[in-house]
Amino acid sequence: MTLTDADLSAIRLTLELAGLTTALLLVVGTPIAWWLARTRSWLKTPVGSIVTLPLVLPPTVLGFYLLVAMGPEGLLGKATQAMGLGLLPFTFTGLVLASVIYSMPFVVQPLQNAFEAIGDRPLEVAATLRASPLDTFFSVVVPLARPGFLTAAILSFAHTVGEFGVVLMIGGNIEDKTRVVSVQIYNHVEALEYGEAHWLAGGMLLFSFLVLMAVNAFGPDKTRRQA
Amino acid sequence: MKASRILVAMLFTLTGGLAQAEEVQVAVAANFTAPMKVIAADFEKDTGHKASLAFGSTGKFYAQIKNGAPFQVFLAADDETPAKLERETMTVPGSRFTYAVGTLVLWSAKPDLVDAKGAVLAGGDFAHLAVANPKLAPYGTAAMETLAKLGLTDKLASKIVQGENIAQTYQFAATGNAELGFVALSQVMKDGKIGQGSAWVVPADMHQPIRQDAVILANGKGNAAAEALMKYLKTPKAVAIIKSYGYAVQ
Repeated sequence: MTLTDADLSAIRLTLELAGLTTALLLVVGTPIAWWLARTRSWLKTPVGSIVTLPLVLPPTVLGFYLLVAMGPEGLLGKATQAMGLGLLPFTFTGLVLASVIYSMPFVVQPLQNAFEAIGDRPLEVAATLRASPLDTFFSVVVPLARPGFLTAAILSFAHTVGEFGVVLMIGGNIEDKTRVVSVQIYNHVEALEYGEAHWLAGGMLLFSFLVLMAVNAFGPDKTRRQA
Repeated sequence: MKASRILVAMLFTLTGGLAQAEEVQVAVAANFTAPMKVIAADFEKDTGHKASLAFGSTGKFYAQIKNGAPFQVFLAADDETPAKLERETMTVPGSRFTYAVGTLVLWSAKPDLVDAKGAVLAGGDFAHLAVANPKLAPYGTAAMETLAKLGLTDKLASKIVQGENIAQTYQFAATGNAELGFVALSQVMKDGKIGQGSAWVVPADMHQPIRQDAVILANGKGNAAAEALMKYLKTPKAVAIIKSYGYAVQ
């Protein structure tokens, strides 16, 4: 194995970032997806569009605006400084926040689809059985939307692992803090260290393939057929 | 008889002139973007040749050139990459020369943070110092050498944030996320002087010279425009443009 300590540290950091981002996104994304799936408000379209923006925006745009917004002159930067958190660029916390925004559509969309597919009927039945809305959500909706949750978790984890542009723009390439695998691969390639680059890049390729296999295996279609 | 001979002679000159005006594909290091655009425009006006420019990082250009990219001239951000291509017989031998020498500055977007001698570094009263990745960017190497010479490498290690290239390093400093940054003089120079913020122009003896070499690639062998461009870069007119952007020449 020709993985260096720096490579291993980058792998560990990437897994931590992706794990934490996925956990946070499931907490934040579920209510958003539920609201988007159930609401009749005119706000549904604008909110849905904002949540989907990171899907179409180049990471350079997102990274650049995050850098400006989190900076000393930016709104976010002023807020974090006022809260005594300091500035977020060049910190792991900053990366987590950026990743949550960046991977948001990968959690919200599968969940929203799963919630919409459930329809009104099971909720009405639960209500006639006097289940509280919260009870209905955890006893009826969550089990029914399980494939959606699995897809959302796998996609957001994988998408965060594959994140590059945003991290590059706000990370500052600090070992053990912001130097993730994709940045490390970029460093190797730019430094003409193609041997080292191959180990990490090949690993990434294999990982991504396995993730997509998993998504296809757990995807909503498959589960419905099994059920 | 006479008239037709003149006509033939005229046609000959005309077609000869057309055949001489060639096009050259140039890979240009990103830090040299602004001066090269000006030089290329003058070059076209003065010689009739056309230089079409692609801007990017030296490491990426190296990979592309090795894999058959159609560039004929390479203006790199360092002297190592062109030398490496030369060793790998990917260039026209003897064509390599230093077209510009970069000047390193310690710069801050804040107007009064950096003093004329760079003592702010030793004071250590700042959270982040942006430096280009020394593994990838010659300006980063020069910055680390400067810190070593000042004896501040260990003291400031925890404050360093790295840009992948000098443009990103400048971005960290310009947005104020890093109070200080080692950037290229060419980035903060406007109309022959430092436009905004505060800066310390690092003396040339603090680090190895930041040589940027140009070379004709194997692809450009026999291309008249490639040879003309290399010559043009050494003319007083081109040198004046290069200097006005904060570079030195050898």
